[in-house]
Amino acid sequence: MKVNYIGKISEENLPAIFVPYFLESVHAGFPSPASDYIESPIDLNKHLIKNGAATFLVRAQGQSMVGSGITDQAVLIVDRSIKPSHNSIVVATIDGEFVCKRLKLKPRMCLMPDNPEYPPIFINNGQELEIVGTVTAAINKF
Amino acid sequence: MAFALVDCESFYASCERIFRPDLKNIPIVVLSNNDGCVIARSTEAKKMGIGMGVPWFKVRESFLKQNGQVFSSNFTFYGDISARVMNILEGFVPRIEIYSIDEAFLDLDTLKQNYKLYDFGCHIRSLVRQWTGIPVRIGIAPNKTLSKIAINEIKRRNIPTSVIHLSNKKQIEIALSHTPVREVWGVGRRLNDHLNKAGINTALDLAKVNPQNIRKKFSVVLERTVRELRGERCLNIEDDISSKKQIVVSRSFGERVSNLNTLKPIVSNFAVRAAEKLRSEKQKCSQVSVFVRTSPFNINKPQHSDLKSIELFTPTNDTRDILIAAKRGLLPIFRSGYDYAKAGIILNKFTNEQIKQCSLFKDPNEPKQNTRFMKYLDQMNAYETQIYYASQNTKKWSPMKQNMTSPKYTTNWYELPKVN
Repeated sequence: MKVNYIGKISEENLPAIFVPYFLESVHAGFPSPASDYIESPIDLNKHLIKNGAATFLVRAQGQSMVGSGITDQAVLIVDRSIKPSHNSIVVATIDGEFVCKRLKLKPRMCLMPDNPEYPPIFINNGQELEIVGTVTAAINKF
Repeated sequence: MAFALVDCESFYASCERIFRPDLKNIPIVVLSNNDGCVIARSTEAKKMGIGMGVPWFKVRESFLKQNGQVFSSNFTFYGDISARVMNILEGFVPRIEIYSIDEAFLDLDTLKQNYKLYDFGCHIRSLVRQWTGIPVRIGIAPNKTLSKIAINEIKRRNIPTSVIHLSNKKQIEIALSHTPVREVWGVGRRLNDHLNKAGINTALDLAKVNPQNIRKKFSVVLERTVRELRGERCLNIEDDISSKKQIVVSRSFGERVSNLNTLKPIVSNFAVRAAEKLRSEKQKCSQVSVFVRTSPFNINKPQHSDLKSIELFTPTNDTRDILIAAKRGLLPIFRSGYDYAKAGIILNKFTNEQIKQCSLFKDPNEPKQNTRFMKYLDQMNAYETQIYYASQNTKKWSPMKQNMTSPKYTTNWYELPKVN
């Protein structure tokens, strides 16, 4: 019988077995005195967003809420899971448009701008008001 | 013992409505890639008689005349909303199976015994609605197949709360008797014809057949369906996401392609994308298929479609190997004289990246071994494609003729919804 040389099995063709080594290296010198005190860095998301699934970002337009610190082009954080109450800043839809105003439940329910130059929006008969969510923060860039 | 199926109502159309309060009660349709067919319809659009999957050009005029609103598909946005809905559902029960972009099964067995399941369903529905703006239907039943039936029952009876709990035998039988057998989960069109011939027309007819006979005449799969229709539980929540079994990258072209030199780079682009997906799944494949097809809507033009599979003896996920295979697949199926409208790459026969099956004989198409090279390329191209293969199309070639896409409201700083 004649045998032809096909090729050799090189080492890298063999299945590798992984042997756990050390997860952490061992320092021979003096350990860092800060290592026990390391905390994760400040995360703005964690600070600003409590319920990610229900939170949306929207961009404010105009000056009607300047009194609350919401300037033109500010990014608003809107949490749809927070039930608004009297004086909450809300995003609502009225006549098929999004607005951001302060919700007043008394003496008469209305959407109140925070700028004396703008009139409050009262809800008339036949008009539909839907509160989308509560504004929990505004990000103004300078 | 119960499962709930949560099904988002007209999901894509509902997404489009979230940031467009002006579209309340307005008919909406969403179109497929390349704006070819209608793939989603709001309730209002369904009432207008717009069918699922109809070519857009056929309904366009009448739909727009009736003040309908049309969107190209915005999968970035739909994907984000879907993830939010699923995230909320995961908060309710420990075991959930995300079945598709707009459907999930919930295992309700873990709930307290005396929990009123119908009330629980209503609670989930109102919460998802408030938090995301997406309306959902919830069908609760003893098993998966019946929970699908329950969803159909909500649609058929137009239940205003969109929640149903099929808890007793009588309710289930009524629902089954109203369900055509082709609408039963797992019964396809071909199976439907066979069943109809055997006198089985409704789901109830199917449930009454002896499962063992079904097994003999049809299959184990259909037997399982029959058992589930009878109230047994055969299918469980699949909560371990098994890795994919196939990767498909295909697009319809913006313009018809009849020239091989134009087609080759396009197919190369698909192959490169498919290989990237394969590596991100940590898999290797040993079969690469290429297909081309003309447009079925161009009835006057000659039609051609073909598929060629190339077997690789040693599994690979190296783009260079897949490109070579793609070219070997494309050349024999391409025919000049046809206006091709679509092409694609399908990767099949996966094995895990870690496993290595050595061939007894030397593979003439030995795959490249330098995986680190691919890793670097993937890193560099992760954000934006910067490095191309020579056979690729490097022009900013857009395959899609989409111009009615809504903004990426939730994923792009520059496209946030605006409020006054």
